[in-house]
Amino acid sequence: MSGPFASLVLRDLKLAARSGGSAALALAFFALVATLVPLGVGADLKLLARIAGGVLWVGAVLAALLSLDRLYQGDFDDGSLELIALSPLSLEQVALAKLFAHWISTGLPLTLLSPLLAVLFGLPAPAMLALFVSLLIGTPAVSAIGAIGASLTLSLKRGGLILPLIVLPLLVPAVIFGAGAVTSVLDHLSNGALGLLAGFAAASVLLSPFAAAACVRLNLAG
Amino acid sequence: MFRYANPAIFMGLSGVLLPWVSGAAAIALTAGLWLGFHVPPDYQQGMTVTIMFVHVPAAIVAETAYGLIAVASLFSLVWRHPLADTAARAAAPLGAVFTALGLITGSLWGRPMWGAYWVWDARLTSFLLLFFLYLGYIALWNAIEDEVRAARAAAILALVGAVNLPIIKFSVDWWNTLHQGESILSGQIAPVFLWPLLTMALGYMLLFTALWMVRVRTGIVDRRAKSLMQREA
Repeated sequence: MSGPFASLVLRDLKLAARSGGSAALALAFFALVATLVPLGVGADLKLLARIAGGVLWVGAVLAALLSLDRLYQGDFDDGSLELIALSPLSLEQVALAKLFAHWISTGLPLTLLSPLLAVLFGLPAPAMLALFVSLLIGTPAVSAIGAIGASLTLSLKRGGLILPLIVLPLLVPAVIFGAGAVTSVLDHLSNGALGLLAGFAAASVLLSPFAAAACVRLNLAG
Repeated sequence: MFRYANPAIFMGLSGVLLPWVSGAAAIALTAGLWLGFHVPPDYQQGMTVTIMFVHVPAAIVAETAYGLIAVASLFSLVWRHPLADTAARAAAPLGAVFTALGLITGSLWGRPMWGAYWVWDARLTSFLLLFFLYLGYIALWNAIEDEVRAARAAAILALVGAVNLPIIKFSVDWWNTLHQGESILSGQIAPVFLWPLLTMALGYMLLFTALWMVRVRTGIVDRRAKSLMQREA
């Protein structure tokens, strides 16, 4: 792997792994949310299996949200975003590279951790597979829509508070289809949730770089 | 279209129109309320059906206001017109209030009909999400200090929201549905209920237009005052 696109992806991955280990922190947050829920609602495994899809999807979305400030805000604050903008890549390609790196360092690890947490919720194997596949398909949409929110708020000092307010309503379809895929397996139904989720994710990933690039452009213009 | 987008021409035109629109809103709302209180009880819902006359128009205005914000945002991004920003910004708090009104009247109607103030029905839920979209939009406007930058960022968010809104609506419908389907355009509603409803919808729309014009005018004046102060400094 070489070229400006690959080196930008590698740079972001290294930053995710090394600077404060925010990728690992998102995983720890995800595991903690999953641990708190049974403590709150009780240890009934039947109930837990029933709500596992929804709880783990919501937990994964929140964990991914926590790491969104890494996408643009850090680079904007220390000035490296301006240098990246001068690179041979268009800002749309930059946005795609950053989105890809964010998914590899956040969405993918969350997906890989999910079967382990599903065991804690007593989720049967077929539903566990559905959860794994739905997170694998759906987390790119979380990164994509999160990237729009992150680029909109990149110049804000307290962007961390406004970001969830902007991003969470837009992520509703991902949570509904993702958790719906798990529930449909539990109910022995086929409702096409995975297909709808894949469509939503594909559209988000395709359109997000354009919106994010427009936001970066307007913030660098000032 | 663009002729009226000139702030000076808009100020002149809206100054003439504003008293008429406000008066028409007052008349339509009074007539609508009078008609609304004189409908016969519905055979299933009794007199609670009258809640419809304050509920449905609020929902219509709430959706129209988001449409207005989306169109104005497109104008702002493509043609960089400052009045479009003011128009979009002025509509947002109004839209949020009408959405809240729709949610509150909806829950008051839900109590006698469904036996609960809140049910996780598809339309109620998507309206709640619309309310959050409004809040995020307003919060973004207020969070960015530089006006031009705030306007562009808010416009991008409004367009992303407008693209996503039908998908959110579809996903919530897919998730659950309990609310009754659309019955105005398909002609299933009895004429005795239709007329008060249409009058109220007209009244709400005129009220929104009048308030929106006041807010746009205030926005223009505010902008002028700021640029004068900058020139002084």
